[in-house]
Amino acid sequence: MTKDDIKETILDILSDIAPDDDLSTLKDEIAFREQLQLDSMDFLDIVMELRKRYRVQIPEEDYPHLRSMQSTVDYLEPRMRDLQKV
Amino acid sequence: MYDAIIIGAGLSGLAAGIRLAHYEKRVCVLERHTTIGGLNSFYRLRGRNYDVGLHAVTNYTPKGTKRGPLARVLRQLRFSWDEFGLKQQNGSSIIFPSARLEFTNDLEVLRAEIARVFPSERDNFERMLAAIPDYEALPLDRADDSARAWVREFLREPLLVEMLFCPLMYYGSAREDDMDLAQFFIMFRSLFCEGFARPAEGVRPLMKLLTRRYKELGGELRLRAGVQRIVHDGGNAVGVELDDGTILEAKHVISSAGYVETMRLCGEANATTEQEAGRLGFVEACSVLDRRPTDIGIDRTIVFFSTEDQFHWRRPDELVDLRSGVLCMPTNFDFESPVDDGMVRTTALADFDAWRALPEPEYRAAKEAWYAKLAATSAQILGDFRPHVVDVDMFTPTTIVRYTGHAGGAIYGAPKKRYDGATFLQNLYLCGTDQGYVGIVGALVSGIAAANHRVLQAS
Repeated sequence: MTKDDIKETILDILSDIAPDDDLSTLKDEIAFREQLQLDSMDFLDIVMELRKRYRVQIPEEDYPHLRSMQSTVDYLEPRMRDLQKV
Repeated sequence: MYDAIIIGAGLSGLAAGIRLAHYEKRVCVLERHTTIGGLNSFYRLRGRNYDVGLHAVTNYTPKGTKRGPLARVLRQLRFSWDEFGLKQQNGSSIIFPSARLEFTNDLEVLRAEIARVFPSERDNFERMLAAIPDYEALPLDRADDSARAWVREFLREPLLVEMLFCPLMYYGSAREDDMDLAQFFIMFRSLFCEGFARPAEGVRPLMKLLTRRYKELGGELRLRAGVQRIVHDGGNAVGVELDDGTILEAKHVISSAGYVETMRLCGEANATTEQEAGRLGFVEACSVLDRRPTDIGIDRTIVFFSTEDQFHWRRPDELVDLRSGVLCMPTNFDFESPVDDGMVRTTALADFDAWRALPEPEYRAAKEAWYAKLAATSAQILGDFRPHVVDVDMFTPTTIVRYTGHAGGAIYGAPKKRYDGATFLQNLYLCGTDQGYVGIVGALVSGIAAANHRVLQAS
């Protein structure tokens, strides 16, 4: 998967978690928490959706990497580059 | 071997089930009754649909709201706001002999009412509002402190205190004479800061929505499958034994049966645990009308009343306590076209032991007699709807025990809440009422929390 594929995957997960939110205005570098007001339960969901869809395991100490779209994609790229997009 | 077994197909159990099934856990929801719903079930009688107990969905927040329990529930269960079909209340009242307060889903209305009726309390009320913490910041170390003592730090007028506690207690205090502080904060936000709403067809579409989603995700639901006991060994739950003797094994067990009820299932009930059972039972009379309440001038959605300025919140000495109650008009919400019959629901405190002691013919006679008294009291508050009553149904605390198994018919469960859901068994957790969350949205939050914290995060 390319960085763009990963971004698309995250957007897809976010649109599942927050179907009523407009994600088209989401800024890559600003924290999800600020833009979407996600709470800790929602972050757990991003982690679990990645595990469910791509079998990617993210240890709890790495959760801070999921701060914004930019940091999430940077963190996931080496872990997902060999995977095929579903 | 299941990843998780959930006892009870009510809102909390199904919410837990949806979360677990969504993340590919092998999960089974067990329900003793012949249908789903638990304390929020529904039934059909003489050609009409009834909800068991729904007055309103509390915690209403408008579409697009990102914070708060309703938003959290929708995100966690992957529903869009529209799917719940919530329509707002028209306006509700708190009626006491010496004063009356109106409120809606706009907190400004209550603010203005308090300034109008209790001008000296205006600033005190503001200070109290500012001190009520967010849901995320509940003081769990002081969770069962006295809410009355806390409120008295702000408010001086005893009548205002009683009037505010009346709706809060009726919609969720399991404790007599007082409320847990955490419970007070939750209820205050859910009633006065958020508000009331209802789907046009009551709880039925909501329960069906949850069940359908749960099954689509591969969750297993077994009705007529009562749990006889929770099998445990060395501090761990191993599984459950059903009424028919079947043993089902599971890595985790989540019980919505209630704390005392769950201890009984574990064979661990004793005098101490039994003392924790809830004491507050209720009767509810549904008066079906031949027209809408608005046609006869009854435009309020919900009316909380007390016939004395001192509000009494404890188990009554007789079958029913007529000194206070809640009147709900389920069609008085912002529906384009209400689908249900016009109805007045009257709820009042009742004594389970007194009802249970009645043999069958006396029980039926008492129900009829107390219906008449409840309807008369309701008519005094609302205006006389009784000439328009075409059908009646009524539950007592014994009805609740029969269909839900909740001890003493105490719909708000045990006074001592277990906010973390923990039990003496490592992998057995509580969800539902005894975890401290009440109401439709609260029950869903509770099931979600149990699934997340106890099963998903643990694996």
